[in-house]
Amino acid sequence: MEWETVIGLEIHAQLATNSKIFSGSSTAYGAEPNTQASLVDLGMPGVLPVLNKKAVEMAIRFGLAINATITPRSVFARKNYFYPDLPKGYQISQFELPVVAQGYLDIELDDGSSKRIGVTRAHLEEDAGKSLHEDFHGKTGIDLNRAGTPLLEIVSEPDLRSAKEAVAYMKKMHALVRYLGVCDGNMQEGSFRCDANVSVRKPGQPFGTRAEIKNLNSFRFIERAIHYEVERQIELLESGGKVIQETRLYDPDQGETRSMRSKEDANDYRYFPDPDLLPVEITATEIEAIRATLPELPTAKKQRFMQTYHLGSYEADALTSSSELGDYFERVAQGTQDAKLAANWLMGGLAALLNKHELEISAAPVAAETLTQLLNRIKDQTLSSTAAKDVLEALWQGEGSVDAIIEAKGLKQISDTSAIEAMLDEIIANNPSQVAEYRSGKDKLFAFFVGQAMRASKGKANPSTVNDILKQKLEG
Amino acid sequence: MSTISEAEVQKVAHLARLAIPADKTASYVSKLSNILDLVAQLTAVNTTGVAPMAHPLDAVQRLREDVVTETNQREAYQAVAPEVEDGLYLVPKVIE
Repeated sequence: MEWETVIGLEIHAQLATNSKIFSGSSTAYGAEPNTQASLVDLGMPGVLPVLNKKAVEMAIRFGLAINATITPRSVFARKNYFYPDLPKGYQISQFELPVVAQGYLDIELDDGSSKRIGVTRAHLEEDAGKSLHEDFHGKTGIDLNRAGTPLLEIVSEPDLRSAKEAVAYMKKMHALVRYLGVCDGNMQEGSFRCDANVSVRKPGQPFGTRAEIKNLNSFRFIERAIHYEVERQIELLESGGKVIQETRLYDPDQGETRSMRSKEDANDYRYFPDPDLLPVEITATEIEAIRATLPELPTAKKQRFMQTYHLGSYEADALTSSSELGDYFERVAQGTQDAKLAANWLMGGLAALLNKHELEISAAPVAAETLTQLLNRIKDQTLSSTAAKDVLEALWQGEGSVDAIIEAKGLKQISDTSAIEAMLDEIIANNPSQVAEYRSGKDKLFAFFVGQAMRASKGKANPSTVNDILKQKLEG
Repeated sequence: MSTISEAEVQKVAHLARLAIPADKTASYVSKLSNILDLVAQLTAVNTTGVAPMAHPLDAVQRLREDVVTETNQREAYQAVAPEVEDGLYLVPKVIE
């Protein structure tokens, strides 16, 4: 009998606030070590945490977007453990009464069907600092700039059944938090990362013992780490072994997960309500005020793109992966009155350039209005698609406006029928034997004539005009 | 009959990184048991319909505006640290 994979994800999304969750320190990334660590972040005696209003609002915003229950009276708790980058000896988190409870997210599967993934809860907590294990004379260096950065921990139900589903869920969440503006989603900087709880079982059996894979910060790693872990557990079980509940770390260089520490001890966090913080009350009025500011969400936008612009599911998915990309597409689609062409260029030429330069659409040097002008030059037959690609490259390099580049590079397409006719007449006159062969039934030679025409015009002849006229002339 | 065992006392002490000398364990067991027995009496009370109390103050959390108010005071804060280097606090090596 086949094994079934069971996965639950805990996503940590760093909230895009200016200041920390319990102190007025900046959360800006990349500062000199410990220059953004105040007395509260350092866990000095006698200081008190004061909760950041924006962090609570962002948690509510997220909760509403996943159709969750917003807890009217939520409570902060201390999670106790010892580690040098956690100066207080506890992390302020939420345990019994998180801000966000019971929501869901629908993901799309390969076969086009959709699957509902339960979200058990999402709670607010503070991040820990960073330990640097490079050699400081046999010591560990501690940077507390990150300590106290607001996190939203989003815990899924164990509803995911494959690495692929886990990645689809993670991607959808990633798009969602960015749409909502609650997290910048920067995975390299650790703003969006996840822990995966992975177990295997025979279908219909109770859940197997799970291992938790820590700190996965790329979609590729999540998929690989889960694949590896599932294989490891199955091999272990089939050879008569037992999976032990533990924390494992994914090593991207070796492509394997390794045991970090047994969770037995570490798991006993002895949560209790934090006496330094009062319960947080959230009124229905506040919730409704936040609901009124929710943007169009990815699923709704995708549906609208499919209806309004007649896009396929795959295209609509790609173009709604971020709200910026969706906006860009809409401007080009409206400017050209040709959604199909706009979609093709956004997902083709432009996407290739963005990938190559590792840029987001918001940082693209070619504005939507510029791409619109370029596509309109294809539509009015000034440019062939091939020449338009050259113009796009030049636009990207900042070589001038669309028309200036076409002029400078001499890319204007020849659509003038009489000029093309004259050229084709000459080609036909110069190749009498090929003409004879073609007329005697060697259809393949048509491509030879097109090639000649393209060479003679240096690629500028409008291919469809060439085809039409050539056909007439050769038949004649 | 104590409510907490010697092993549990040792475990909690370990989790809290407290050292309890072996000859003091019995005394801790009996004192902690007394506290737990007192708390156990409360379980006899019918609490149906009573909201769990998360905080003894009858008030709700006041929130802060999301504004950066702290400036860099690293030098002052690190003046009392036992050891620092390159702006980092140094601690005995921790290896996972």
